[in-house]
Amino acid sequence: MIEVRNLTHIYSEGLPHESVALDDVSFTIADGNFVGIIGHTGSGKSTLLQHLNGLLKPSSGTIVIDGTDITDSHTKMLDIRKKVGLVFQYPEYQLFEETVAKDVAFGPGNLGLPQEEIDARVRRSIELVGLDYEAVKDVSPFELSGGQKRRVAIAGVLAMEPEVLVLDEPTAGLNPKAHYDILDMVQEIHEREKNITIFVSHNMNDIARMSDQVLVIDKGRLAMDGTPQEVFAREEELKAMGLALPDAAEIVSQLRKKGMELPAGCLSVEEAADAIAAALK
Amino acid sequence: MIRDITLGQFYPGNSVIHKLDPRVKILATLLYIVALFVVKDFAGFIAPLVLLEAVIIMSKVPRKYIWRGLRPVLIIIAFTLAINLFMVRGEIIWQLGVLHITREGVRTAAFMGIRLVLLIIGSSMLTLTTRPIGLTDGIEALLSPFKKIGLPAHELAMMMTIALRFIPTLLEETDKIIKAQQARGADFESGNLFRRAKALVPILVPLFISAFRIAQDLAMAMEARCYGGNVKRTRMNAMKFARRDLIAAILFCAFLAIVVAQRVLG
Repeated sequence: MIEVRNLTHIYSEGLPHESVALDDVSFTIADGNFVGIIGHTGSGKSTLLQHLNGLLKPSSGTIVIDGTDITDSHTKMLDIRKKVGLVFQYPEYQLFEETVAKDVAFGPGNLGLPQEEIDARVRRSIELVGLDYEAVKDVSPFELSGGQKRRVAIAGVLAMEPEVLVLDEPTAGLNPKAHYDILDMVQEIHEREKNITIFVSHNMNDIARMSDQVLVIDKGRLAMDGTPQEVFAREEELKAMGLALPDAAEIVSQLRKKGMELPAGCLSVEEAADAIAAALK
Repeated sequence: MIRDITLGQFYPGNSVIHKLDPRVKILATLLYIVALFVVKDFAGFIAPLVLLEAVIIMSKVPRKYIWRGLRPVLIIIAFTLAINLFMVRGEIIWQLGVLHITREGVRTAAFMGIRLVLLIIGSSMLTLTTRPIGLTDGIEALLSPFKKIGLPAHELAMMMTIALRFIPTLLEETDKIIKAQQARGADFESGNLFRRAKALVPILVPLFISAFRIAQDLAMAMEARCYGGNVKRTRMNAMKFARRDLIAAILFCAFLAIVVAQRVLG
């Protein structure tokens, strides 16, 4: 369980360009939840994610993960990194080793695990991201395609076997097929590992389809926290923040405005199609 | 954090100093540095001190900000002071084993210290009050007379502009890569020198790749907009030598005259 209490972060405190990136953010994430975070560019999402594994220290507030306060200066950094795996935006830019296997081994190697354990984890996580271990292990990561590079980078974080997996826009810049492949893979890993998965996305369809819980960040504050149904019911507020509804919900909303009698809360294409078909009968 | 470095950074403002023609500011800074070396006794520092103080007040740059820029060079200043303090021969006033301090040593150390601080703060006033673009435009304009003897003034200025423009971008990129590797448990702070040097590989390899990618994107974007290098280009914000520049130039000449007179007469 993750408990964030009154988290505030101020960049360049005391300088002329001081800015409040997070302002008194509090929320709780239950075990096994798949959490989507949405917010306009610059709303503070990335800052929030970086607090979750101790890369940034809050100006005030606490984050407690399974009883461990990771904002406490006595907590060992490596223990936090072991608990929370953070996959950055465009994670393929962090690849540096000569071979895929060596790159994936970097994280577990830093944890000081025995060599056999590292090898086992490397094999396991490369297979977990849907790549053929024997085929890619000795290939240079720079020779792979964009989607494959991203898989390798994600495997590099998975190999640390975190209890919480955090992904910052895992599908940014990918083509539609790679986009769905990566999301399916994330979903599959989530179901298999039964961990907490947190992901940031600008794609409302993905957020609506995948999340159990949605957090909406606006100008550094937590604007909404609820199920996709609850959050996407607040259409006007979301649009005022520069956000949107999932495509299906938008169509239903437009039709309702035109006077068609449709139930609220249709988020997926299937639900919307069924509702429209029922209304047309 | 790595992004908090202020040395050589622009402090946005709208003061008289900010508005001065960059050409005037660059020349004045160069001559100011020369003037600091013309000075030969403590009294000679009064004129530069007054000038610098006036510039700081007029520029409205907070002193705290100027000091922050000075901090990274404090080690160099301390080193110079120590060398002068212990190495200059003369009348010994304090001794401990092989170390001794002389009256002349104290004097030279203080003199060099003041000169260095004035030099660094003075030149940082140029970068604090001039946009990087203004700086390179100014340098290009000042170098263009040398085009006749084959100096590629425009190309040099363009290279500087691009280099300056990408300092923050590369810092940001470095910051991102460091964080990404830290998230994978990388440790840059402990271990001996060899281990620490080795720990830089996961940062440097991705950083080089990023730098090449950025350079390639930029080259493509420039070509797409038909950048042709040294063809006759006009500027959106042409530099104008205004009345305030003339006043500044006259005042600065007066300052130079005082410094020279002080040295000759003093």
